[in-house]
Amino acid sequence: MTDTMRSHGEPARGPSAAAAAVTTGGANALMRLTDPPMRAVQRLIGAARMPYVFLLPNLVFFGLFVFLPIGINIVFSVTGGTALFPAERPYVGAEHYARLLDCGSYLEAASCREDLFWRGVGNTLTFTVFQMVAMVLFSLITALVLNRPIRGRGFFRAVYFFPVLLSPVVVALIWKWILQRDGLLNAVLTTAGGEKILFFVDPGWAMFWSVFVSVWAHMGFYTLILLAGLQAIPRDVYEAAEMDGTRPWRVFHRITLPLLWPNLLVVLVLVLIRSVQVFDEVFVLTGGGPGTATMMVVQYIYTTAFANQVQNFGLAGAASVLLGVVLFVLTLIQLFLTRRRAS
Amino acid sequence: MKKAAWMAGCALALSILGAAGAQAETTLRIMWYSDGNEGEVMNDLLRRFEDKNKDVKVVLDQVPFKAINETLPVQLASGQGPDLARITDMGGLAPYLMDIRPHVKDAAYWEQNYGPFLQWMRVPGNSTAIPGYMTQLTVTGPFVNKTLFEQAGIAMPGANATWEDWAKAAKAVADKVQAPFPVAFDRSGHRFFGLAVSQGAQMAEAGGALKPVDDGFKRAAKLVVDWHKSGVMSKELWGAVSGTAYRGANEEFKNAQVVFYESGSWQTAQFDKTIGDAFDWIAVPTPCGPANCSGMPGGAALVALKTSSHPAEVGRLLDYLASEEVAAEFYARTLFVPGHIGLAKKGIAYKSASPQAAAALKVFGDAVGKLDPVAYRIQGDPSSRIVFNAAISRLGQVVVGETTLDDAYQRISADVAQQIAERKKKQ
Repeated sequence: MTDTMRSHGEPARGPSAAAAAVTTGGANALMRLTDPPMRAVQRLIGAARMPYVFLLPNLVFFGLFVFLPIGINIVFSVTGGTALFPAERPYVGAEHYARLLDCGSYLEAASCREDLFWRGVGNTLTFTVFQMVAMVLFSLITALVLNRPIRGRGFFRAVYFFPVLLSPVVVALIWKWILQRDGLLNAVLTTAGGEKILFFVDPGWAMFWSVFVSVWAHMGFYTLILLAGLQAIPRDVYEAAEMDGTRPWRVFHRITLPLLWPNLLVVLVLVLIRSVQVFDEVFVLTGGGPGTATMMVVQYIYTTAFANQVQNFGLAGAASVLLGVVLFVLTLIQLFLTRRRAS
Repeated sequence: MKKAAWMAGCALALSILGAAGAQAETTLRIMWYSDGNEGEVMNDLLRRFEDKNKDVKVVLDQVPFKAINETLPVQLASGQGPDLARITDMGGLAPYLMDIRPHVKDAAYWEQNYGPFLQWMRVPGNSTAIPGYMTQLTVTGPFVNKTLFEQAGIAMPGANATWEDWAKAAKAVADKVQAPFPVAFDRSGHRFFGLAVSQGAQMAEAGGALKPVDDGFKRAAKLVVDWHKSGVMSKELWGAVSGTAYRGANEEFKNAQVVFYESGSWQTAQFDKTIGDAFDWIAVPTPCGPANCSGMPGGAALVALKTSSHPAEVGRLLDYLASEEVAAEFYARTLFVPGHIGLAKKGIAYKSASPQAAAALKVFGDAVGKLDPVAYRIQGDPSSRIVFNAAISRLGQVVVGETTLDDAYQRISADVAQQIAERKKKQ
């Protein structure tokens, strides 16, 4: 039965039915148009190879815009100089990697030859740990609340999701206006009799607000994933627990959390990968300061490649490759965990 | 009837085609940034040029200053780019600049009026190329909020006052009137060197080899760090961002939060326009250090780029814009210090300037004459921006306590050496 038929078998009438008919007609016409060439291709290469034909457009797209840039980046990382075209760049081997990894102690950025890279690594790690904990915790709490039959639930779901739709730069600028010396928050503080706080001059505050703004901006997305997981948990499990008189905490601990674990895992891995890649929001909000207190690895790469007077694409390329390796490992972990869950 | 209609139609089509042919144009694109109204003024001048040169259309692409510094070099390195651009990093971009000498009417006019600044745009070893002209000559120097001094009842330091005199006075004023920024410096290596040159920084050894950190540099760096420690300077400018990021204090000055603001002549027009009569502000001569009372010269040049495929038209356009009459109008309407020797000698009539702005421009004009030769040499050095960036990046770390001055000196020298070595690597 098509959409144009009502549930009891009568043909649908009105504008929606007409639109559906047009869509179906259009799809049929398209199929008639593409059928002969596809049959010809199938005759030529055989039915078994046809999936590759359908994969080809995507492969070309990925090849051009993902694999080719990765390849070029690797070439840049083993070449030096300031020329932009790989053919004009002298081969330097692992020189950039050696420079990046040359440290007295990896725990002390100041002992490293490329200290700013390691400061970026340290800051990114700090950001990632705090961001993961805060994001998962607040997304989970929000999803649990929004899953309950509260008044205005639809409204609140929209409210929490709204920041996700905003550009990261817009989000950072809004919060910058709130947090700056003469911003909204300091106005509230002084009105309440307090002192102004220079949030962007204190390293602790700057990192706190970087994490806070990032959680505020992206929490809605992860809340949605967890909410979908919560709604997929069968109601009868809760009803059985209720009949047994199970306490709420035990219900959460023994039913909700285990059944939500697959979604939580997805959220954890996504937050982790995104945290490692963080740049735009923090860069606009704090500029990497004070000093280098919120300068992340990606900002180091950007600065090395573009903001310095001598644009060191080779060093930036090597740092990108190292970051790529970390992300690749994280993705493998995600795949491993997802597959283990599936099996 | 039908035939007549056909003929009329053909005639109309031919006339349209003919008109299109007559209008066949070469389009030139200029990448341009503005601090004040100079984009607006330049557009006026370009429309007049187009009226006289019907075969050339000029498009002024106005972009943020950051795009000039970060996007344009990448474009040029990849062989792309506009026909002309307004740039400040003349030494760094010199390899990409086109020599328009064959396309200008009178090369001697250019040498005579723009000669000293043309050297900033030439690659080392070249002493003849004409890549463009100075849309403005800038000189670093301080602006002072006179009203805050009056409200505090504290006298301003007099002529030949030192940096320390001004810092002490500005702190006293700020404490009395509760201003958050006693002294503010733009977070810029160029501005830092305005102070460093007066402290004796040379940026070179006796033999001429580049030496970023010397005793003069160290004296200036210590002053800046001490001022941050004692509250003379707020960490909000130099400490609040990382790396080479520029941060100006012009907004803070306009909001009367700064007592003494070390910036430069290019701010005059926007202060004149935005401060109005909200408070009295003045420009004062650059304070003195143990070596001299010099600031740093600088400026912006409109240059022809090798990426242009219309060198003759670019030459014609630059000939027009750099002509005495047109340049005089540009400098006068933008309230810029002229980068044209002849006009500088004659003086520019800044008709649209308020008495405050005119007085400030007079101070900066006089300061040009007091610039130390070392300051000119540093500005013209192709590696100066590397040193400026390294200095600002590392001193910013010292200001917030991430590192010490001694470590910063070592890092600055290492950063500069590494970047210069990278620049020298060729296939």
